[in-house]
Amino acid sequence: MLNFISRRLKPPSYRLVSSLSLLTLALSLTACGGGGTDTANTGDTKAPTGDQPAANAINVDLKNNVGLTGSGASFPAPLYQNWFVKLNEVVPKIQVNYQSVGSGAGVEQFTKNTVDFGASDVAMKDEEIAKVSKGVLMLPMTAGSIVMAYNLPGVEGLKISQANLADIALGKITKWNDPKLVADNPDLKLPDSPITFVHRSDGSGTTGVFTKYLSAISPEWKSSIGDGKSVQWPTAKGKFIGGKGNEGVTAGIQQNEGALGYVEYGYAKNNGLTMASLQNKAGQFVEPNETSASETLATVELPENLRAFITNPDGEKSYPIVTYTWMLVFKKYDDPEKAKAMEAMIQYGLTEGQKQSAELGYVPLPATVVEKVAAAADAISPDFQISVK
Amino acid sequence: MTSPTISTSNPIKSRSISEKRLESIFRSLTLIFAVGIGVILLLIGLVVAFDSIPAIEASGLGFLVGTEWDPVKNVYGALPVIAGTLISALLSLLIAVPLGLGTAIFLSEDFIPLNVRTVFVFLVELLAAIPSVVYGLWGIFVLIPLLKPLGVWLNANFGWFPLFSSVPVGPGMFPAGVILGVMILPIITAIARDSLATLPPELRQASFGLGATRWETIFRVLVPAAFSGIVGGIMLALGRAMGETMAVTMIIGNSHRLSASILDPANTIASLLANQFAEASGMQVSALMYAGLVLMVLTLVVNIFAELIVNKVKAKYS
Repeated sequence: MLNFISRRLKPPSYRLVSSLSLLTLALSLTACGGGGTDTANTGDTKAPTGDQPAANAINVDLKNNVGLTGSGASFPAPLYQNWFVKLNEVVPKIQVNYQSVGSGAGVEQFTKNTVDFGASDVAMKDEEIAKVSKGVLMLPMTAGSIVMAYNLPGVEGLKISQANLADIALGKITKWNDPKLVADNPDLKLPDSPITFVHRSDGSGTTGVFTKYLSAISPEWKSSIGDGKSVQWPTAKGKFIGGKGNEGVTAGIQQNEGALGYVEYGYAKNNGLTMASLQNKAGQFVEPNETSASETLATVELPENLRAFITNPDGEKSYPIVTYTWMLVFKKYDDPEKAKAMEAMIQYGLTEGQKQSAELGYVPLPATVVEKVAAAADAISPDFQISVK
Repeated sequence: MTSPTISTSNPIKSRSISEKRLESIFRSLTLIFAVGIGVILLLIGLVVAFDSIPAIEASGLGFLVGTEWDPVKNVYGALPVIAGTLISALLSLLIAVPLGLGTAIFLSEDFIPLNVRTVFVFLVELLAAIPSVVYGLWGIFVLIPLLKPLGVWLNANFGWFPLFSSVPVGPGMFPAGVILGVMILPIITAIARDSLATLPPELRQASFGLGATRWETIFRVLVPAAFSGIVGGIMLALGRAMGETMAVTMIIGNSHRLSASILDPANTIASLLANQFAEASGMQVSALMYAGLVLMVLTLVVNIFAELIVNKVKAKYS
């Protein structure tokens, strides 16, 4: 192509054209370089930078720079990435790298000892814990709720009862103006159009939690489909489409009128999706927001090993689908510097980190839980004391 | 007549030992590379086959006709995704072959001046350089909204015909087929154009000399002569269409169902693997490997079939 141009132009212009094209090439390459991992920071520009030298400033003395690597769930990834950037500003010697590869892959890499810590939306089972020779501590660092988002222009405040939710997922309720839905929403004008149910096409902890909830509220779901990271949706009965990742489901809901799907609260909030109010065990319809999710966390008692599956919680004001997400750390680290850095990172997450979680759509941990996690994590290193005041 | 004399004062030097050694090294090295390619292909096939043994033992050949894909109960049947792969590839060929061949013929003849023709050739080849994810995004934001009203109209007026018997939801087999067609178009066009352009000019001149019109020459002389190249290009394109993952998974709807209607969401083997492999464990991994093995065998069968067609046409014309 350049020959084509050069044959047409006189020599001085040819030099001008080639130097211009080199310049544009160089400019476009530099534009590519900076864009890499900044996506996590774009959501957080509103956070005040004034409280960096905070009340519980992390005093950890490290001889050299410590690099920690972790991998796991994609759900808390935006939050963790945010924490680690801010942590590096407060304690420049600690650099933490987190890769969001999914809960299953995170647990596997953690078990094989190829990373310093893992992260998973689904807590490890006893058999999985037994495979880790260095011992495992499962620390809940944040929580999230799963919401039913829908796309019906003009319809706000949809209420879905437990029975109706199970029936929609089973393909028994296929139209928006089905009498059962109308009965729960007498003052809404529901159209005579089919419901397009958007589910996850990839294996995910979100599907795992959602199907566990459906199994708890519907014996028919439990016996016919069951719960798992991927399940067989009843595609023959209704309109079911799959989206890859929370982003894919969000896109599926936004682009199809009459779509209903389950996504994490943060994604629904940040993309402006309309969310339905779900009925909880006590029979009340609860709107998904930070308060209702916190109510749920407050009603659940965390056992000694900090592993609690919240399925169909009690409480009048509890939002029914809330899940902790755990950071998996070893009980003993061979390198004492790494152990200190891990504890410092956990302290940051439990204190400053909780303040950022609400903004990004996650649920801040209740104070009792923060204390329990701090006490459990203190066992990692004798040289550092976690304080969460 | 005097015989030519060969001067013996400057005899032709025979090659030195190092030259001969260099040549034998070059030959063995290139032989190793050539055999290596075959070995790598064989190893890939063996690893996939080995990993799928647990699933083969559990499901047997029922895997190929079963329709349930249930990771919770460990019941796996791949018929919907096999059908989805074949149908989406067929749909893409239906769109890309006429368009691609037509473009190739147009660009190899002198219907337009050379400068303009060069630009078009460049643009068509640029289509092949667009990453697959970008095609997927374009599909979601541009193609699906464009095709949905068409699908609704087809269903409203021709709903009795099994191919259009359902109401489109957005993502589905039809947009996936269209986008695959756009993606494989540059491959078919580039290779077909090359095959047509490298034909000896004597063919065309002889045909005109015998009194054929331009279009008779093209369809009766040039295309059959370039047939092996064209079919080779179509097979390459088909291979890409069957294995295409990212663009398809973003707009096909990821629904594991067997349906006659092309307006329904569906799934392909490559899309299934891309979605479920990362979080799969145990028997599910094995079942996914089995599906991958089926895809490899399908591609092999298609290529053999193409080779047979090319040989038959070559035999007819030479």
